[in-house]
Amino acid sequence: MMATLTPPAEHQAPAAILVGGSAGAIEVVALLLGALPVDFATPIVVLVHLPRNRPSALAAALGGKCKLALREPLDKEPLAPSTVYLAPSNYHLLIDPGPSFALSVDEPVNFSRPSIDVLFQSAADVLGPRCAGIIVSGANPDGARGLQAIQVAGGRVAIQDPDDAAQAAMPEAALALCPNAQVLSAEEISQWVQQPCTWQTSGKGAR
Amino acid sequence: MFRDPSFYRALREKVVPYLRTYPSLKVWIPGCATGEEVYSLAILLREEGLLDHTLIYATDIYPEALRKAEAGIYQLERIADFSKAYCEAGGRASLSDYYTAGYNAAVFDKSLRAGVLFSDHSLATDSVFAEVQLITCRNVLIYFDRVLQDRAVSLFRDSLCRKGFLGLGAKETLTFSIHAAEFAEFVRDEKIYQRR
Repeated sequence: MMATLTPPAEHQAPAAILVGGSAGAIEVVALLLGALPVDFATPIVVLVHLPRNRPSALAAALGGKCKLALREPLDKEPLAPSTVYLAPSNYHLLIDPGPSFALSVDEPVNFSRPSIDVLFQSAADVLGPRCAGIIVSGANPDGARGLQAIQVAGGRVAIQDPDDAAQAAMPEAALALCPNAQVLSAEEISQWVQQPCTWQTSGKGAR
Repeated sequence: MFRDPSFYRALREKVVPYLRTYPSLKVWIPGCATGEEVYSLAILLREEGLLDHTLIYATDIYPEALRKAEAGIYQLERIADFSKAYCEAGGRASLSDYYTAGYNAAVFDKSLRAGVLFSDHSLATDSVFAEVQLITCRNVLIYFDRVLQDRAVSLFRDSLCRKGFLGLGAKETLTFSIHAAEFAEFVRDEKIYQRR
């Protein structure tokens, strides 16, 4: 067989876009998902902190706004194109090689289950430069270390402008660990995810 | 206890009628950890009049977890959640009928575990040891990779009698297993399967 040339990671389509948020995040996520065209291929994984022991009402809240398939993933489910996945409540959600999803009921991290750090760190391990992480509005520092892990692995990172976010604590915590991340308004985030060619690889690899 | 009450409600309403048809029952709870699922199921089976002729195998690889499971003592602060879930699961009495509280802990009635055998068993290395009519294995397979999951599910298949039942966790599925065709979805939303 002939050897195939693999384009450098920053020119490849990302394998997944991950969005993490907490208080005030649902509006931002709704805006982002609502703006996506029906042929948007990259799988999107959304993790918003929600009260535990309650079936996630997020799918119902966001489903009507989104043209793409939208569901909570099952254990070992492979990531499929043109699909939005919502982290189920009361489980940690992780990305496994494949890539596919894995779940755990380990102890909460940052008082959160699901934890954004857990999801983002697993995505950084498995997908490396082929994933993008976004931290939006929230009132706790979960996700900052995970976003940093994605950045270190060569993935693209963006943070909602703390001034634009309903709750600034989560974006500020992320910004403290990822000072080179793209800082964007909610509007700009929904444009950014649709234009991978404008994505900057962060850190030393910034173009 | 009674994590995902709708699962236990489905067991009670949809599976118990089948379990009643057996003169005696064997149930396997692999990966029983500290026993919450064991006591949940024992209470459900007692309320359905089945516990007296049921043998429950509660297995795990951690001796410390098995010791805790056998002791049946849980922090009092967890009992409020347990009680709420018990009611939502269709409990016929009050959870407090089944435990004695004291010293910031709740001790579950030892008669619940009279027919429970707590034992060491590994889904990764051990083999089939009994024929059972029901296996509940919730939030255990999520810790296994596909290869190990397939091994565990083959043990479940070989342990279940024909038309026996397998209950998994809310986010677990046989869909991606090589053994998927050997089971039928019995209560789809609750991940309750029936061996073909």
